[in-house]
Amino acid sequence: MPEAAGEKWRADVVGIFFIIAVGACLALMGAAWGIDTPFQAQMWTMLAAFILGGAALLSQIAKPPVADKASRYENGVIKAGVFASMFWGVAGLLVGLIIALQLAFPNIFYFPDFGWLNFGRLRPLHTSAVIFAFGGNVLIATSFYVVQRTCRARLAGGLWPWLVFWGYQLFIVLAGTGYLMGITEGREYAEPPWYTDLWLTIVWVVYLLVFLGTIWKRQEKHIYVANWFYLAFIVTIAMLHIVNNLAIPVDFAGSFSYSLFSGVQDALTQWWYGHNAVGFFLTAGFLAIMYYFIPKRAERPVYSYRLSIIHFWALIFLYIWAGPHHLHYTALPQWAQTLGMTFSLMLWMPSWGGMINGLMTLSGAWDKLRTDPVLRMLVVSVAFYGMSTFEGPMMSIRAVNSLSHYTDWTIGHVHSGALGWVGFVSFGALYCLVPWLWKRQRLFSIALVDWHFWLATIGIVLYITSMWVAGIMQGLMWRAYNEFGFLEYSFVETVQAMHPYYIIRALGGGLYLAGALIMAYNLWRTARGDAPALERASDVPAAGVLAAAE
Amino acid sequence: MWSFHKWFERHSLLLLIGILVVVSIGGIVQIAPLFFIDSTIERVEGVRPYTPLELAGREVYIQEGCYLCHSQMIRPLRDEVERYGHYSLAAESMYDHPFQWGSKRTGPDLARVGGRYSDEWHRAHLVDPRSVVPESVMPPYAFLAHQDLDVRHMDEHLRVNRLLRVPYSDDQIAHANADAVAQATPDGDGAAGFAQRYPNVAMRDFDGDPAHVTKMDALIAYLQMLGAGVNFSTYHADAPENQR
Repeated sequence: MPEAAGEKWRADVVGIFFIIAVGACLALMGAAWGIDTPFQAQMWTMLAAFILGGAALLSQIAKPPVADKASRYENGVIKAGVFASMFWGVAGLLVGLIIALQLAFPNIFYFPDFGWLNFGRLRPLHTSAVIFAFGGNVLIATSFYVVQRTCRARLAGGLWPWLVFWGYQLFIVLAGTGYLMGITEGREYAEPPWYTDLWLTIVWVVYLLVFLGTIWKRQEKHIYVANWFYLAFIVTIAMLHIVNNLAIPVDFAGSFSYSLFSGVQDALTQWWYGHNAVGFFLTAGFLAIMYYFIPKRAERPVYSYRLSIIHFWALIFLYIWAGPHHLHYTALPQWAQTLGMTFSLMLWMPSWGGMINGLMTLSGAWDKLRTDPVLRMLVVSVAFYGMSTFEGPMMSIRAVNSLSHYTDWTIGHVHSGALGWVGFVSFGALYCLVPWLWKRQRLFSIALVDWHFWLATIGIVLYITSMWVAGIMQGLMWRAYNEFGFLEYSFVETVQAMHPYYIIRALGGGLYLAGALIMAYNLWRTARGDAPALERASDVPAAGVLAAAE
Repeated sequence: MWSFHKWFERHSLLLLIGILVVVSIGGIVQIAPLFFIDSTIERVEGVRPYTPLELAGREVYIQEGCYLCHSQMIRPLRDEVERYGHYSLAAESMYDHPFQWGSKRTGPDLARVGGRYSDEWHRAHLVDPRSVVPESVMPPYAFLAHQDLDVRHMDEHLRVNRLLRVPYSDDQIAHANADAVAQATPDGDGAAGFAQRYPNVAMRDFDGDPAHVTKMDALIAYLQMLGAGVNFSTYHADAPENQR
């Protein structure tokens, strides 16, 4: 891949232009012949995106980008990823708060004439925005950062990483606006329609090639452990995404499709996907972040090389089997349920292997937790990881699951992992990245990081404790019998009992959102230059991060 | 013994292939057999493919995200069987592309809601849930009653389903668009043909608005047939062939 600016017909420009041109033609045809208005709206969105992309590309040819002279690495696309992460993070949390309020106060937050604001449409918007938009952008940005530093090589592919970035944003916009218009495949966490799935597949393959291409250019003999996890995340998500989204569209000019599988086979395929979206998107990918940012921030080597080998292979092997624990006591054959439960229990060990490796990296540097709230955030995230990977195997036991399944206990469990682990490790990484990328000596305000940390932590505690109580109460009420041997409660009585806990949950979510807003402000001020500049122009983060607090 | 790992650490393609092999095993062992083991889906009487109107109602159910708060999977636990009816069989969702078992019960299970409430109740409940269940937290769906059902492509829907081995006849596919209207218009011209193609299927004006076939018609038609198919007086859950 030629990288010299000024060379007129570069392979990356031609390739991207080809994708954009074909995409624009297909989008135009879809807009012209679409059988329903929502589909046409999606095609117009796509067309507009491709035209903008084409124009941006042409301007790149006319005016070759000035090479980032301060660094041997490609940083622009990572900076864009930091912005996108923060934007989608706040948006996703806000939608989460809205749907929490809808369940707490249905008379205030529902609008009979605006169906697109109903819970059923906003819930996929919330989950996709926080998992795929926020989490995905954090993963793409950090992976591009980490792979360059650990391979000592510039990002491969010239402009291709930009296709990954903007292509991924287009995927998010198409999916999100589609949900609001009622376009969905009706499979949790895999709701985007067939054409959006196809577009993501293209973007994802390019992502894999950019990542691999950078590894191929490396000047280090060994591939660093964080990159094993990133690679497992990218490859496995590709496999899961393709198999779970196999579907036949009703019409190639319409959004609705029928999945290839039905009933029991479809259910297990979906939860094979669903649980491993947790395992590979929300775990393997973020463990990669842990393996780079915690050692870097603590200025200590990873605790154990051997542990990282064992827990890597064990984790990715065992995770894939865990899906059936979402289908206990259902019409799924019992042998499959038992397999799922057994492997879920075994999964506890490699999960805690990762936690131990992360926490013990702090050996000899624990005192930094007192002075560096960013490191504290990273470490607390690993603690939450340990907690939810204990809770998960416990809930996968059939007897426990008979109580917890279908209740808000599951929601609480998910959020201890999502807010505590994924959220905090991402925030920690972003707090590290912004001063490093924009060459600032430190963050704009360490005190604001402290505020963020405590608001978010209190928010998580309110969220998960209220959902534990609510979920267990709900499960017990459903199965309660009175002295005459009849069911004690009608269903709606259990709904009524949830009300106070739904309010506490919304409060917790609100605090967490407030913390994220403080963070966005802090990062913005840091990037804008309201923090002291780094004295020497280098990519190595200065030890001065701690200086201010001392 | 750790030196062997350098092969993976130094060769990205070996690492890539190693990952692919390791993550493929679980899915192959767990999912693939479900397509080949005969006992995975019970043989029962009474499960039929959806009529065009019900299929359209199912599409509304999916589009509105009903599955996010309502399960369609009754577990074989005493309280669930007493609350909702016989536990769900795999056969009951064998024509469901995709399945809609759900994972959360913010509202009650709907696997056997068919026939439990009147059409009028469903209508009132969908328009304003709290008018009939004051403690409900369900969103209102009044707009469904104002949106005409687009039946122009129901034949395509049935054709794709037949491609996926749902047993629709040529006749059913050819008349799909008209049948979607006919089921909600019992006094119309298509009624006789519909009754012949779908024997013993309820035909009535589900949404109380005879002038229009709306999304409300479709959704209520779908809800009213849920779980009512299997004849449990002839199904023996304890029989050896039904043990899994």
